[in-house]
Amino acid sequence: MAAIYKRELRSYLVTPSGYVFLAIFYMMAGYYFYGYNLMGATTDFSYLFSSLFSFAVFLTPLLTMKLFSEERRYKTDQALLTAPVSLASIVFGKFFAALTIFETAQAVTLIYLLVIGTKGPVEYGVFFGHFIGMFLLGAALCALGMFVSSVTESQVIAAVGGMGLGLVFILIDSVGQLSQEPVLNRICNAISFVQHYQDFTMGILNIASVIFYLSVTALFLFLTARTLEKRRWG
Amino acid sequence: MLEISGLTKYYGDKAAIEDICFQVNQGEVVGFLGANGAGKSTTMNIITGYLSATKGTVKVDGFDILFEPAKAKARMGYLPEIPPLYQDLSVWESLCFTYDLKKAKQDRKKYLENLCEMVCIDGVKDRLIRNLSKGYRQRVGIACALVGEPPILILDEPTVGLDPKQIIEIRTLIKELAKTRTVILSSHILQEIEAVCGRVVIIHNGHIVADDTPEALAARQMGGSHLALQVKGKPDIVCPLLKGIPGVQNAEAEKNCGENVWRYRLNTGGEDIREALFFVLSDHKLPILELQDLRATLEDVFLTVTRETGIEGGDLDGSNL
Repeated sequence: MAAIYKRELRSYLVTPSGYVFLAIFYMMAGYYFYGYNLMGATTDFSYLFSSLFSFAVFLTPLLTMKLFSEERRYKTDQALLTAPVSLASIVFGKFFAALTIFETAQAVTLIYLLVIGTKGPVEYGVFFGHFIGMFLLGAALCALGMFVSSVTESQVIAAVGGMGLGLVFILIDSVGQLSQEPVLNRICNAISFVQHYQDFTMGILNIASVIFYLSVTALFLFLTARTLEKRRWG
Repeated sequence: MLEISGLTKYYGDKAAIEDICFQVNQGEVVGFLGANGAGKSTTMNIITGYLSATKGTVKVDGFDILFEPAKAKARMGYLPEIPPLYQDLSVWESLCFTYDLKKAKQDRKKYLENLCEMVCIDGVKDRLIRNLSKGYRQRVGIACALVGEPPILILDEPTVGLDPKQIIEIRTLIKELAKTRTVILSSHILQEIEAVCGRVVIIHNGHIVADDTPEALAARQMGGSHLALQVKGKPDIVCPLLKGIPGVQNAEAEKNCGENVWRYRLNTGGEDIREALFFVLSDHKLPILELQDLRATLEDVFLTVTRETGIEGGDLDGSNL
């Protein structure tokens, strides 16, 4: 797993893909930090994080789109799948590399915390609630994007598909509200990224929400491994 | 060492390969010969665990590729048709990555430097894969397959797309590697198989149609060995003499090649009768002007076995042979 993780991370850092993601993320984070916190003179990070929440859905597929589709296109997956490594280590290696870049992007908020923290009282519970929520969201989005990347050879489809699938998990609670059907409403809320993010924004570490995000991550990692396995039998 | 039995792979309803069985013993260099689309790559991909077979088993040193993949894969080095190299890595980084991936245990720097020297890529170590010529990529691919010292080397069309000089270089390299390893080499180029391999497995439309040494295949094709000779002497004198030589099964005059010079053809059934032939004819003052040992080429064998099997659906392209 270490070899795959290292190579993938290196690939983000020697090709533009990692930098493009980091640059856009930092730009958006900087813009909202400046707008909400500095100009608005507030120590509340909620606006910043809720803006980043939406951007994460659109930006993470930029990280994950190439993970498997590029391998398949250039047939480099042959090297991985014929080497004495398990499918799980391939999937985890790539997942952690994408997550590392995502967290590098998210870590910029710690600098903002430092800046604001020196100027006024910050509710650390709320900040770290957001931070952990964002971390878990990032993990879920990386796994989800990687899964879409494993089913297609085209990076464009992997990126657009990843965004689409991410949007489904974000918009699903609105669908539930529109339907007027209580059962459907409950199901939609249960699988909504937004609903499970709410507790974090209040500084509450709700174990159910933590488990939800971890389960979504695990589910898509599992589906990625199954997709790779299925292709062998195709 | 490598045991393949009953290997079958279906893509939908279509069988890419069907009931492929063969064994490869330690130290053998086996040529896997077939036209384009015959099923060579599919078979190799299944052997190396990239694809799974619909039916059948692959065992490497007794380890089943399906049930103990890590152990089986560690014993094989694979160079697919397109070397699986990351475009954004340099040659050295590719080797280091493969080294880490295969969890090799030697002193990394020293080991990889020796490997570079062996496949002659030490001059391009720092160049990116995307900037390398096809020949060098092939070499790097071979080097990656060699990392971890797997006792079995599986090379899928290693010389395809190379220029004649590179082809000779890669062949020389493979011959060198084959001294200490078991090699399975696929190709649709007959000369290549003939030059490198001690045993040939011919696959046609997903079935094995021949499996033997090139010499045995050729002999079987010819039905014994044949000699062609030009003798200054008429058939009515020469033919009875030739038929009288022990070991000669048949002798006939083929054509008149000039004044009193005839071309004859002998079927000897495998014995070497050239010496006896010389003395018989010289005793009778019949000079031999030319003597030729007629052997079937692998090309003859290939064309015959792929024609004779009666397996439908082939699109044998003569230009590829």
